[in-house]
Order: sequence, then C-alpha cells, then structure tokens
Amino acid sequence: MKILVCISNVPDTTTKITFTNDNTQFNTSGVQFIVNPYDEIALSKAIELCEGGKGTVTVINVGESTTDPTIRKALAIGADDAVRINAEPRDAYFTAYQIAEYAKTTDFDMILCGRESIDYNGSQVAAMVGEFLDIPSISIIKKLDFDGTTATIEREIEGGKEVVSVTGKFIASCAEGTAVPTIPNMRGIMSARSKPLQVVEAKEIAQISKVTKFETPAPRGAVKLIPAESAAQLIELLHTEAKVI
Amino acid sequence: MSVLVYVEQVDGKFKKSVFEAVAYAKAIADTQGSNLTAISIGNVGESELKELGKYGASKVLNVANDQLKNFVNQAYASVIAEAAKKEGADIVVLSNSFSGKGLAPRVAVKLEAGLVEGAVELPKIDGALFSVKKNAFSGKAFAITALTSAIKVIALNPNAFGVKESAVDAAIENFAPEVKATDLAAIVKEIVRATDKISLPDAELVVSAGRGLKGPENWGMIEELAGLLGAATACSKPVSDADWRPHSEHVGQTGIAISPNLYIAIGISGAIQHLAGVSSSKVIVVINKDPEAPFFKVADYGIVGDAFEVVPQLIEALKAHKG
Ligand SMILES: Cc1cc2nc3c(=O)[nH]c(=O)nc-3n(C[C@H](O)[C@H](O)[C@H](O)COP(=O)(O)OP(=O)(O)OC[C@H]3O[C@@H](n4cnc5c(N)ncnc54)[C@H](O)[C@@H]3O)c2cc1C
Ligand SMILES: Nc1ncnc2c1ncn2[C@@H]1O[C@H](COP(=O)(O)O)[C@@H](O)[C@H]1O
Repeated sequence: MKILVCISNVPDTTTKITFTNDNTQFNTSGVQFIVNPYDEIALSKAIELCEGGKGTVTVINVGESTTDPTIRKALAIGADDAVRINAEPRDAYFTAYQIAEYAKTTDFDMILCGRESIDYNGSQVAAMVGEFLDIPSISIIKKLDFDGTTATIEREIEGGKEVVSVTGKFIASCAEGTAVPTIPNMRGIMSARSKPLQVVEAKEIAQISKVTKFETPAPRGAVKLIPAESAAQLIELLHTEAKVI
Repeated sequence: MSVLVYVEQVDGKFKKSVFEAVAYAKAIADTQGSNLTAISIGNVGESELKELGKYGASKVLNVANDQLKNFVNQAYASVIAEAAKKEGADIVVLSNSFSGKGLAPRVAVKLEAGLVEGAVELPKIDGALFSVKKNAFSGKAFAITALTSAIKVIALNPNAFGVKESAVDAAIENFAPEVKATDLAAIVKEIVRATDKISLPDAELVVSAGRGLKGPENWGMIEELAGLLGAATACSKPVSDADWRPHSEHVGQTGIAISPNLYIAIGISGAIQHLAGVSSSKVIVVINKDPEAPFFKVADYGIVGDAFEVVPQLIEALKAHKG
C-alpha cells in the first residue's frame, strides 16, 4: 500500500498576524513555520495505516526550498520519503493541479490531506485534487478504517456524521479525531535527515485567483463590565442594546 | 450573465443558511441586472422549492433523481456544472457548509473557475475586476481575493450576509442530467443527525464553556442557558480532548470557526487558538472569574465572577425576561 500525504507549511498557531507592503503581503519576519496541524493528523493516520510494514507514506509539498525544514519535520514524524514540487503555491487551484499531476506519475492507494490550511483556510485543495484525478474526495473526515480494499469513512455534517464507503483510489481531508498526532522521537529526528526528499519541477498553469489585499478585523470597543451580583442586567443589555436576543 | 445558486437540502427541507445563500446570490444578480436560478438536488417537494422565490430565485432547476438522493460531492458537482453551462451562469454561489466545502472546489475545477471559499461580503465588481472578501488566518484577518477566470464560484460563510427577502415567483423546471456511474463511487452508508439540537455552524446564538466548568457533570446549567436562548452549545479544545463534550462542539483554530450574532464564553481563558475560531462573532460576552483573562480584551460585555453563581442568575433572568 502507498499513501500520499499533502502537507502545507503554515505560520505557527500563536503567530501575531501582520502585513507589509501596504497590506498586500503577509509579514513572515520572525514567524515560525510548522506542518499545518490538520496535516499532522493526516500524516499520523497514514503512518498508523502503514504500521507493521503494510505500506509506505510519501509526503508531498508544493513549495519553495524554504519549506524543507517543515518537510523534514514530517519525515521525523514518520513519513518514509518526501516530494517537493518546486513552486510558490500561488493558489489552491495551482497547488491541487501540481499534486494531481504528480499523483498521475506514481502508484498510490489513497491521498490524505488536512481539512484546511490554517493560513488561507481554503478547504479547497483536497476536493480539487479529487476532481483533477476524477476520484472520490471525502472532505472533513473524523474517522477512517481501511481493510486493504475498502475504506469506511466518517465525515462531519451539520449536527452529526455521515458514514461513507469507498473502494478504489480516493482522497480525504482529515479533521480532529481521525488520528492522534504523533510526536517525533529522537530516532525519527535522526533518520529524517537521511530520508529521500525528491524535488520535482512544477507545471505551468494560468493563475485564476490572487489575494490583492489583507485587512485586519476592526478592533472591538472597550468591554462593558457588569457586576457579578447584578448579572441579570446582561440579559437586558443583550435585548435592548446589543439587540441579539 | 447569470447567477446560479446551489440550494442544499436536508431531508427535503432547506435551512436558513440556504435562504441566506439565495439572498446573497440575488443581491449579486441584481447588481448584474440578471436573473437568479437555483438548483436543488434530491427529493424536495414543490412547496418547499417555491419558498426559494421568497428570497429572489426566479427559476428553480429541480433534479429529483433517486440515484442522487444522498449527497455525493462528485456526482453533485457534475450536475451543478452541467446546470451552470446550461444556464450560461458565470457566477455560482454555494453555502460554505460541511458539504459545500467538499463540493465547491470540484465545481470550480469542472468550470475552470476561480473559487473563494468562506466569503463574508458581496463581491466588488468593477469592470473586469472581481474581488471577494474572505476570512483568512483563522479569523485573524481577511483576504481580498481577486478572481480572473471567466466563471467564478463563491462559497458564502453562514451568518455572514443575513437572510433578506425579495419575493418573486419561482418557476420550477425539472432538470435531468445524466449521472455517470463513476461519479457515484463513494457510497453513503449511514447518516446520523441529531435533530433536536441546533447545529453549531448554523447557530445565531452560541453558549460555550471551557475548563473553568471543572467537569462534564456541570454542563447542565450550560445546556439550560442555551436551551432558554435557543442557542447551540460549544466548548474549548481541552474540554473535548478530555471527552467532557463531543469533538463536534470544539471551536477554534483546530475546531470549527463560527461567526454567530452572540457568543457567550463561560470559564474560557481566551487563548489565541480559541479566539481564532470565534473572534468574528458579532457580540461576545465573557464570564470568567479572573479579571486578567485575555478573553476580556475582545469582549463586548463581561462579567468577572464565578460561573457557578453567574450562570444560574442568567437563567433566572432569562426565565423572567421570557415571562
Ligand atoms: C496547535 C494548537 C491548536 C489549538 N487549537 C485550539 C482550538 O481550536 N480551540 C481551543 O479552544 N483551544 C485550542 N488550543 C488550546 C488553547 O491554547 C488553550 O489551551 C485552550 O483554549 C484553553 O481552554 P480553556 O480556556 O477552556 O481552559 P483554561 O485555559 O484552563 O481556562 C479556564 C478559564 O476558566 C476560568 N475559570 C476557572 N474557574 C472558573 C469559574 N468557577 N467561573 C468562571 N471562570 C472560571 C479561569 O480563570 C480560566 O480563564 C490549541 C492549542 C494549540 C497548541
Ligand atoms: N502547498 C501545499 N502543498 C501540499 N499540500 C497542500 C498545500 N497547500 C494545501 N495543501 C493540502 O491541502 C489541505 C487543504 O488546504 P487548503 O485548501 O489550502 O485549505 C491542507 O491541509 C494540505 O493537506
């Protein structure tokens, strides 16, 4: 069995988000980059499914050489090898196209992604790869069992869950619950350096979306404090002032 | 020019977020001087389809095919793309629901369309320029995204636009595109849905609690407060990690992002990863016994006090308020 896991390189969750160049660019100065937290879940699931020599896990990243430390982190967690498609991930369409083109050149059983990357929160790449490859895509899953031929997958829906079964190649985007993120151990970290990281060139495709500007949410006014003894006032304020109840 | 909106049905009914998407699509169609067509897939009755007219859909394509009874994104995407071609639609609108997130990207690829997922405003259309504001960095920022493709797909965040009525008569037209067997490779085995609860992503009001509640046995008062308000319940990550509450209630950076009209946070410190998922709520109320809790910095209303004393008072006040 061969599992491909797509990982994106994103700012650490505690990053204070600021912009430069007249709010047209994300300010990366001093920012720590990490494996997208959902992709860690996807990777951990893939490693779990391949445990005991049942298969191999290849991580794929569309990125420039600056993302290599993040790829090494994924190798330290336990991926067997890595592929970096050498290009700036311009938008989800571009990224998904590159991943799909690479997937066409290799044999695989499933592709796992994260539910969304925490920078642009697109939730787009997985389903787009599915469409480019014309295979089923299951988005926002929280459970995945695979018996070697058929995958039984639980995906999140409003107020509940749906159970889907797929036989044959598929792609899924993983949310919390799918697996417990694996923490790299010393052996993993040591061996990550010598695991293969293949760099392939990107294919040309027209760019159809572009972030032209960033905005930050308007700051809220000062908090209005209500004394604990007269908490009941809150209900009145929510009704008459905030008009939300 | 024409606008197509996909209307997701649940058990033959449309939810509020669907009417919101229709109203949003209608507002776009109005700026373009064009009509709005809706496409419904699955078994929806005529009177429910007619409801779509209330929000501005003058035509409804009704795809009532038993094979498409259950949502399979691959097949639904094919149908929506077919409809877009048939109608000559250059803007396709969906709601950014769980299903919408799996569907919109496939529709976009089929139509070679740029996609904005998580739109929070109407697009700005100025000649050839077409841009949409969306959430980014888990609610810490917005990204204005320009689309340059001929066709554009927009997935609207629930509760970002509001439901607006503009009544027209909806003409219902049956639409029966062919369904490829390969599009139905994923098989829906089971659907489990709690029908007695308000689902969190759609909720206008949310009552959320954190580790300050001490244990799962203390959620009774949270549920009672939520029940009186008609609110959904949510929680912080450590609470769902400890299995005090289900994962589906976990909000924040690694949980779900919500933007209700009212978010009441009880015994939650306000860590940056928690705020990431809730900071776009319209009104935030924080109840915490620690006056230094970071959550107060982003709150509109705050009560510094013990949740076990404050919440019962709120419950009493609400009962009195409701008379
Ligand atoms: C990669 C990453 C992702 C994360 N993603 C998320 C996420 O998506 N969502 C999320 O929520 N967290 C997330 N976290 C965790 C986050 O950093 C915080 O640890 C978490 O939000 C804290 O939860 P809490 O506020 O319930 O608990 P605590 O931080 O323990 O806060 C409890 C609060 O309750 C108050 N309190 C105690 N007793 C009472 C009482 N009797 N009455 C009133 N108030 C009381 C305390 O003053 C305190 O402020 C993430 C962390 C990481 C590293
Ligand atoms: N540049 C990238 N390289 C590889 N995989 C990516 C990249 N960007 C996104 N992904 C994958 O697609 C998922 C969804 O990302 P997004 O559509 O950007 O929210 C992520 O969790 C990753 O698994």
